[in-house]
Amino acid sequence: MAFVIHRLALLVPTVLGVTIITFFMIHLIPGDPARTILGIHATPRAIAILHAQWGLNRPLADQYWLYMDRLLHGNLGQSLYYGSGVSGLITSRLPVTLWLIIYAALLAVIISVPLSILAASRKDAIRDHAVRVIPLLGLGMPAFWLALILQSQLSVRYRLFPVTGYGTGFAGHLHSMFLPSLTVAIALCPVIVRSLRASMLDVLGADFITTARAKGVPASRLFVRHVLRNAVIPAVTVLGINIGFLIGGTLIVEQVFGLPGVGSLLVQAIFERDFPVVQAVALVFGIMVVLVNLLTDVAYATLDPRVRFDR
Amino acid sequence: MSAISIPAAEGSPGSAPQAAGERAQNRRSRWYRQPTLMAGLVITGLILFLVVAAPLLTSYNPDTQNFAATLQGPSAHHLLGTDQLGRDTWSRLLYGGRTDLRIAFIAVLLPFVIGTIVGSLAGYFGGWVDIVIMRLVDIVVAFPFFVLIIALVFVLGPGERSIYIAITLVGWVTYARIIRGQILVAKRQEYVAAAQAGGLSAVRIMARHLLPNVISQGIVYALSVDIEQDILAIVTLSYLGLGIQPPAPDWGTMISDGQNFLTTHWQLTTIPGLAVVVTGLGLSLLADGLADLLRLGQS
Amino acid sequence: MTTAGPNRSVLEVIDLHVEIASRRGIVRAVDGVSLEVPAGHAVGVVGESGSGKSMTLRAILGVLPPEAKITAGQVLLDGQDLAHLSNTQLNRVRGPKIAMIFQEPMSALNPVMRVGAQIAEGPQVHLGMNRARAGERALELMRRVGIPDPERRYRAFPHEFSGGMRQRVMIAIALSCDPSVVLCDEPTTALDVTIQDQILRLLTSLCRESGTSLVFVTHDLPVVAQVCDELAVMYAGQIVEHGTVREVLTRPSHPYTLGLVRSAPDVDHVRSSLVAIPGSPPSLISPPSGCRFHPRCSIAEEDCVTTVPTLNPIGAGRATACLHYERCLEALDTQGADR
Repeated sequence: MAFVIHRLALLVPTVLGVTIITFFMIHLIPGDPARTILGIHATPRAIAILHAQWGLNRPLADQYWLYMDRLLHGNLGQSLYYGSGVSGLITSRLPVTLWLIIYAALLAVIISVPLSILAASRKDAIRDHAVRVIPLLGLGMPAFWLALILQSQLSVRYRLFPVTGYGTGFAGHLHSMFLPSLTVAIALCPVIVRSLRASMLDVLGADFITTARAKGVPASRLFVRHVLRNAVIPAVTVLGINIGFLIGGTLIVEQVFGLPGVGSLLVQAIFERDFPVVQAVALVFGIMVVLVNLLTDVAYATLDPRVRFDR
Repeated sequence: MSAISIPAAEGSPGSAPQAAGERAQNRRSRWYRQPTLMAGLVITGLILFLVVAAPLLTSYNPDTQNFAATLQGPSAHHLLGTDQLGRDTWSRLLYGGRTDLRIAFIAVLLPFVIGTIVGSLAGYFGGWVDIVIMRLVDIVVAFPFFVLIIALVFVLGPGERSIYIAITLVGWVTYARIIRGQILVAKRQEYVAAAQAGGLSAVRIMARHLLPNVISQGIVYALSVDIEQDILAIVTLSYLGLGIQPPAPDWGTMISDGQNFLTTHWQLTTIPGLAVVVTGLGLSLLADGLADLLRLGQS
Repeated sequence: MTTAGPNRSVLEVIDLHVEIASRRGIVRAVDGVSLEVPAGHAVGVVGESGSGKSMTLRAILGVLPPEAKITAGQVLLDGQDLAHLSNTQLNRVRGPKIAMIFQEPMSALNPVMRVGAQIAEGPQVHLGMNRARAGERALELMRRVGIPDPERRYRAFPHEFSGGMRQRVMIAIALSCDPSVVLCDEPTTALDVTIQDQILRLLTSLCRESGTSLVFVTHDLPVVAQVCDELAVMYAGQIVEHGTVREVLTRPSHPYTLGLVRSAPDVDHVRSSLVAIPGSPPSLISPPSGCRFHPRCSIAEEDCVTTVPTLNPIGAGRATACLHYERCLEALDTQGADR
């Protein structure tokens, strides 16, 4: 428990930093931010409203304080496009994105773990090389392209899955979200397989595995109870580190598959030049990543008893 | 409790010069023998060649539209057929690759330089310099790479220049981390203490002594993972219309242009995508090969 | 220490050869080793590091490192040849019939698995016990090996134990399925001297109680003297002498054994200086011709360089590979005058 508190405390400066960066984004815009954002809708009155809303004529520190004040009250600004509160928009769309992320992570694990076991159990054999090379294709694969291909073949041509949309009910979600989640999972697999295989090979060379073999533990049990249990620890860290990648993937995938999630919200906001939404989503994603990193640390401590007692 | 103090021996203690010569010879012969490295070099080399030699390999201008020959399949005139505006796919592929690869290769440079400098400072000086820099790194890393890129491009406006700026602002962190880590280890070495004892300035030590030894990891990352990441970012931005603006050819725009014809003329979208995948494969193999080589050289 | 009677051998190693593939060539780590382990007896195997004694043990159990393999020979356990069994078949034998205790208890135990579960695993896998029953058995074993407060420590992790306690855990694991032979690979080398003694006593008493045989590998002569009935001396992958512990240590018949005995500190007799064996261990890729010890031997003669000696019996249960073993006994007698 003390461990968790300790970690949470370390988070604060990072979270603050995240807010500072999102705050600053507006000042990166060349020229008058209000005018640039409004584009063709830039009437003097609209500009003046935005100036007032964002306090653009006040000193920087004041602006930041204003920003933080609004944030802490849960106010993420007003969408220029929808006209409604951004926080409302985000909360309504967050479940979809969370579904996608969790589903994709699960699929990635389901695919990667057996592949890694396959490779590590016979190092340098044909199957090891196959498992090492094939994922390399996934590393270079643009997620949106894979999404398009999967969609056109499996959804449009063979009608196995709905082309777009989130579906209704749990089973409906499972069905509709399968292709989008699979796309992200395939992009994630190479990284996980590489790391899991390496850590499995490390574990396989360890003394306690010899002890287990000397005990006569059969190969299947050996792999699951001894090898995997130890090898999974660094891999969990890798998965956690790649959460940023996972989230980045949702942007495009939600767009292609027409999922009403936060990612597609961001993409649309960019097209519609809806700055408050862009700023707010960036903030939300940033905080999500920080939280996931915390969770990863906690998971690591749960899995590895040695770490717990060191605190 | 035994007084026998004889070290474990598997082979007779060889003479030092002989062993060193052996190692050098091993390293030399190994360079060619690494299948991953060679495969990576071959694939990447081939792609680079095709892209650089584009004017020689196709007579068509990638932008020339020809409404008399739209959506054609592969033929003698058009190696890979044409798209819906009658533009030759093969030349668009080659010139698009030129654009994408050129931008990616250039885009790696500034983050590499900035990240290396910042990482060296953090690693060498330690203390509050290190703390401040690493906090900054943590914050930038907190954002998903692509989210930050897309937000920055939004703010700066679409186009090539924005891509460079966005990638630089976001991409320096990994280099900073890598170099900092390497320097933390390297600065404990004897030759650093000797240089410090000799009264050399910190900058000189860092530049002349530490960096040359430490920079190889950064270069490996740059050449392989980072370029690949940049290519993907560029292509994705272009697909969304935020990156390379038409009519400049680019793989992302090709994919986006072709997506309406996926069920009828799938090659328009599939081919540029495959180009990205194969380029990625070549770079990944190169990365793995270089990493293996580095590891072998250290053992 | 009992004298060896006409006991049935529970474990027989016959002309075992183990080769290791290394970058510089093939290492003949175990080059024609034969051993007999009678039921209920403790057989010691001594030698310096690199002599092949650990490899022999691992070859018996089939847990060699991936670069090593058995190239010839047999390992007969109750009539079954372990050297030619598949891994699945070997798994049925490991645990219930034969078990092993390793040198480094910290790295030999699974760091993320609770100690009780590790002890209970053998009975679960081999004796078909369910989790509860196996857990009870693990508790019994923990008590037998002298781990205090076993109910609480059952759920502990290896890093929470001291070195000596961890080794007790390893012993519990080894005995969990009542094997007839326990192989020990330098089990006390990594422990404090005071703890060493406790562990050795524990090991010997447990094995005497249950009639389990021990094969005890070490480089430490006083330890072997404490624990074992018989002794085999290994050098450069081969056995160069064997006999009862008393005979081999008091009347060595091989110059290497003589060197070992001379260089081991002896608390009963004050010595003026320790005499180390000159030279260094030979290459196992291209060993010296003839007798492998000849480059370091003080009584070597010409035929030692040219003839490859074999292990020859020189009395009841005694054998030596030295062509001039009588000179050893002479050398010892002259030395004896110094005491």
